Amino acid sequence: MSEPLLEVEHLKKYFPIRKGLWNKTVGHVKAVDDISFSVRRGETFGLVGESGCGKSTTGRSILRLIEPSGGKVRFEGREITELSSEEMRKQRRDMQIVFQDPFSSLDPRHSVQRILEEPLIVHGISNRKERQQRIAKLIEVVGLTPTHLHRYPHQFSGGQRQRIGIARALALQPKLIVADEPVSALDVSIQSQVINLLQDLQAEFKLTYIFIAHDLSVVKHICDRVAVMYLGRIVEIADKQLLYDTPQHPYTQALLSAVPEPDPDVKKERIILQGEVPSPANAPVGCAFHTRCPKAMKICSEVRPQLLDTGGGHLTACHLYATS
Amino acid sequence: MDKPILEIKDLRTHFFTERGEIPAVDGVDLHVNPGEVLGVVGESGCGKSVTSLSVLKLVPSPPGKIVSGSILFQGQDITAMNEREMCKIRGNCISMIFQEPMTSLNPLFTVGHQIVETIREHRKMSKKEARALALEMLKKVGIARAESIIDEYPHQLSGGMRQRVMIAMSITCNPDVLIADEPTTALDVTIQAQILDLIRRLNEERGMAVMMITHDLGVVAEMCHRVAVMYAGKVVEEGSVRDIFKRPLHPYTQGLIQSVPRMNETRARLYSIPGNVPILSKNMQGCRFADRCPSVMPKCLEALPNLVEQESGHRCRCWLHENRQEDAV
Repeated sequence: MSEPLLEVEHLKKYFPIRKGLWNKTVGHVKAVDDISFSVRRGETFGLVGESGCGKSTTGRSILRLIEPSGGKVRFEGREITELSSEEMRKQRRDMQIVFQDPFSSLDPRHSVQRILEEPLIVHGISNRKERQQRIAKLIEVVGLTPTHLHRYPHQFSGGQRQRIGIARALALQPKLIVADEPVSALDVSIQSQVINLLQDLQAEFKLTYIFIAHDLSVVKHICDRVAVMYLGRIVEIADKQLLYDTPQHPYTQALLSAVPEPDPDVKKERIILQGEVPSPANAPVGCAFHTRCPKAMKICSEVRPQLLDTGGGHLTACHLYATS
Repeated sequence: MDKPILEIKDLRTHFFTERGEIPAVDGVDLHVNPGEVLGVVGESGCGKSVTSLSVLKLVPSPPGKIVSGSILFQGQDITAMNEREMCKIRGNCISMIFQEPMTSLNPLFTVGHQIVETIREHRKMSKKEARALALEMLKKVGIARAESIIDEYPHQLSGGMRQRVMIAMSITCNPDVLIADEPTTALDVTIQAQILDLIRRLNEERGMAVMMITHDLGVVAEMCHRVAVMYAGKVVEEGSVRDIFKRPLHPYTQGLIQSVPRMNETRARLYSIPGNVPILSKNMQGCRFADRCPSVMPKCLEALPNLVEQESGHRCRCWLHENRQEDAV
């Protein structure tokens, strides 16, 4: 097993809720509520969950694009939550992000050339010729041609823009890329092109991905290990095969059963969850899922279950498995 | 076989823009049988939504216009109807739910108010009776606190709830056809499962025909009896759900099905269709899929193939199945 590239310990992000004339803080939205995991070098680590579960906030907190409220993030053994903003800026050379929306994450006033050149300038590659060479290589690596360099983002389709976003993230040869729903906004036939591209790049540049998505079949295809989030907490982490074959947490089970299969012959036992996800401003006491859990017990509404190894590196936060 | 309840014949809806005339729907033939769920699949820009909007004459005009073709609802041609006649059809005989329920509900009125308005538009009922019916409908679509939800505003509800309200509103007048345009795209999987379950129940219990427009092949496999695949303004293949998933004929359908990752199998690499969807224009020649097709032939670039029946109910628009096409002619 290879060493962890990234370790996240007790990461928290609370957004204050302010009300009234004096903007008094009346409560907190616990977007990310005490989560821990580690990502190994060279793997693709999936973060899945429904909207509002805190998966994107987690991704951004790791890069400190938003400041975490608590906890530690270690990158190659180096504590990065304590770094000054200047040190952090340098650190981001190794940690990049690809956003979901290829329409709003590229500056419409800049040509592709400038979009790709900017990170190189910021990180001190002052030789113009070298920058040109790197950009020319980048644009080819992501499957576009040098003629595209002088165009502007609006002249590209969604899939092409996503390729530009990926090229920008690659510009500084990072070690880790946080891909926040990189294919969700794309059409099916374009989606598979971009997924294949991400996999090729990973093999070529030995990248580590944190792949944030809500589409469970895409995650199954691309990831090595997967963490399932619910209301700001991780409820289960396991190797992909274990998680999809023998999901343990009742939420994971329901989530997997809810995915429609593109095959009319597959008849699934569907667990239809009642109700909706509670507000993260007012998360239930104990296990966050107990209000919708078909297997809820008395203890679930009282004690928050810990994420425990149930064997073979399969971690589950559920009282059903804690006793055994 | 029953006569189709909704029949679209050679429909052409074009948009007249500064860049010229854009044939968004370019000769579409479709039919929906009573009590069936028809899936219309395709990627963005293939014309699936414009087709459904044309059925209710909701295409913004200008720039959009139904140029030719007919839409028969129970034998009556909708395209020939005036606005007053259309109002009797919309919501009453054919109703529609949209992808984003927030934009299709009026934020200024309570949920109850909007449902009551729909009912009283089509039925002679007192406000009180209409409200009672609205309440019953909200309960029927599985809204838990229907008594209080009825007096709430759309922004107070979650996405799944709003979609339920939309469905409640669209079925109050017991329509014969429900057009669902990407009804679950904006929702999470567990909520999507709830909504699909609801639509299926309505279809089975009331025999309401559903035209389901989506890009999600999983939803199609799960919900639909028949499927029409659209590409660049045209239907390229049509057949039973088993035909389409198990014996797809058109290279586009084949590519589409292969490019979706599946939960029950592991593949090292996904198939991907090269290139992008073509930009629609009036002077397109040949098969619309030709430049992305793995089995393209010289003929494909010259002439557009017809949508020809290959076996019972399974039709395909492709020169690869040319022999039978010539037989048919």
